[in-house]
Amino acid sequence: MAERSEPPRVLVTKLGLDGHDRGSRVVAAFLRDAGMEVIYTNPWQEIAAVVQLALQEDVDVIGISSLATDHLLVPKLTRALSEAGLGHVRVVVGGIVPDEDESRLLEAGVSHVFHPGSTRDEIITEIDGLARQSRERRMS
Amino acid sequence: MSQQPIQLPLPGFEAAKVRWQDEYGQQIGAENSRRNRSGVKVRPLYTPADWSGERYLEDLGFPGQVPMTRGIYPSMHRGRSWSQRQLIGLGTPQDYNGRLKRILDAGGSAVSLIPCNSVYRGFDADEVDALLLGTCGAVVNTVDDMDTCFEGVDIATLSTAMNDPLPFTLLALLLAVAKRRGVPWNKVTGTSNQSDYISHFVANHMFFRIALPGSRRILVDHIDFAARHLPGWNPVSVVGQHMQQAGATPAEAMGLTLSTAVQYAQDCIARGMDPDAFLPRFTFFFDISISFFEEIAKMRAGRRIWCQLVRERFGARDPRSWRFKFHGQTSGVDLTRQQPLNNIARVTAQAMAGIFGGLQSLHTDAHDEVLSVPTEGAARIAVSTQNILREEAHLTDVIDPLGGSYYVEKLTDDMEEEIRAVMDRVEDAGGMYRAVESGAVQSMIGTSALAFQEKVESGEQTVVGVNAYRAEDDLSMRAALSRPRPEIMQAQLERLARYKRGRPMDAVNTGLDALARSAGTEQDNVYEKVVDAAVAGATHGEIVATLREEMGFGQPLVQV
Repeated sequence: MAERSEPPRVLVTKLGLDGHDRGSRVVAAFLRDAGMEVIYTNPWQEIAAVVQLALQEDVDVIGISSLATDHLLVPKLTRALSEAGLGHVRVVVGGIVPDEDESRLLEAGVSHVFHPGSTRDEIITEIDGLARQSRERRMS
Repeated sequence: MSQQPIQLPLPGFEAAKVRWQDEYGQQIGAENSRRNRSGVKVRPLYTPADWSGERYLEDLGFPGQVPMTRGIYPSMHRGRSWSQRQLIGLGTPQDYNGRLKRILDAGGSAVSLIPCNSVYRGFDADEVDALLLGTCGAVVNTVDDMDTCFEGVDIATLSTAMNDPLPFTLLALLLAVAKRRGVPWNKVTGTSNQSDYISHFVANHMFFRIALPGSRRILVDHIDFAARHLPGWNPVSVVGQHMQQAGATPAEAMGLTLSTAVQYAQDCIARGMDPDAFLPRFTFFFDISISFFEEIAKMRAGRRIWCQLVRERFGARDPRSWRFKFHGQTSGVDLTRQQPLNNIARVTAQAMAGIFGGLQSLHTDAHDEVLSVPTEGAARIAVSTQNILREEAHLTDVIDPLGGSYYVEKLTDDMEEEIRAVMDRVEDAGGMYRAVESGAVQSMIGTSALAFQEKVESGEQTVVGVNAYRAEDDLSMRAALSRPRPEIMQAQLERLARYKRGRPMDAVNTGLDALARSAGTEQDNVYEKVVDAAVAGATHGEIVATLREEMGFGQPLVQV
């Protein structure tokens, strides 16, 4: 990760009904150990609560973990973020995401989908780049 | 178990051993130390110097005899195979009924019911985003839904593993169906598969519904209710699988599970129950990872510890109380999205470990679980894997076939030591209930999850197709996704609305009021009132909401 004054701020959370959180906990720890500011929540967040937290915590990236089918709600999240004036915040999804759902998520504005087997370095590099993008978009 | 150095009456043994050590050293060069997932050091060779068999009767005994290391029944799998219990549940109650009948037609007698995640979270279908309904399990909210699930099926002859966290609304709905059909409750058999609220608080958070103190009370009430009314029902399944899936090592998962079972037994005893009245109905549920010998040793050691513990600590006299009955599920964490057909090989190795570990029932994962909810074709291969291992590979001809292996016996002893060390840590923290309340167990699991992932990242632990032996995936092999059509879930929502309009509201309100009152009255059995409310027509969501109101909404303690 390149040196910079303000480390990336990342919200790691889960929407909907599922509670399998080993993946989100491990990824959150990896990002934190890489020097990022990580905001972590319990699962089952409402979309409005995630938007509120993103605003309060001034995050660059939101990581949504989905091991069941809760990623189906993510298009509602990206829409709500835009409506709240947080269009610059980049959203990534990680977990069990079938191919057909992945294309739908990307169309809905999700920046990246991480599948099982993604390495720590891939995740850190990608999120670091997205945080940069998010800040550039906010400036412009 | 024996940790004394063994004097062997084998002339020439020492000289031969020294010569082998020498030659081994020359061939291998610098020795790399190996440890299994639980941290037990694994040596290159085991001999009678590690395990001599002279404590055979104390440490192993015969199958069905104390300390049950070799199995809990005299005939084990040679007499009766394990139950093939595949998880099923998708879509509406009608969908479930169709799939259930196909399984029963194919000769199955033990089934499971997996409800939709909305049910797991304690809600009725009309309380959640309809997008998610029925995508991971069956939507079952009312006595009518439950009746439809088992339509045309004799519930008096079926054994059902109900994935039903406390307050056990699905069992209550099943009992309401039994009443409707005139089936006596003492004929209803099966298991409350998700009764282990401690594992939900710690690991599988989505099942955690009611705040800890309330959960603690409801479980004892449920065990007490089952002891009085449901002789064929196992009210407790202690779930090591959740701990291991969340990152605990095999030894930690076994130790935490045994400590949890001790906590539940103590809570029942504190209520004045006789250990021999409830221990025969305790069951266990474990993850089977691909760490083959380690898993076998984990199960054998667990059986031995439990047998000794219930006899010495709880004074259990009924041999049925000593039996460590468990269901095993092959571990999804070991499966990969890359080259997914490789998962068939992984599941086979995992299933073999479970069989050699002496399980009573087995679920084998479908190879496409890492891509989506399993397809029917993949589920069929998972069942065939069990049949092949049993009837083509003949794994069941001999009871505990690895017993007496120097390695397996020494590893069983070593794993027992690791497991007991975990149990001691929990004991020092004040028992399992206190140890999870303080977060001590959560941090143990979190540390292990991270340590394992570090090994995968560094390449120390090979994962074929992920950090080694990578290959291009053939995407055309991927099956099309099947999800419930929105109009089908719309119809289910309309059925729920019709059900709510058509029931006798006076009786429902009386039932829910009585439930709320009993939550505040220590002398009452809350579970009795849950069943009464279900019989009166209350829905799953209404019952959970009432208890959440009275006892507090369950929020797990999550640590990062």
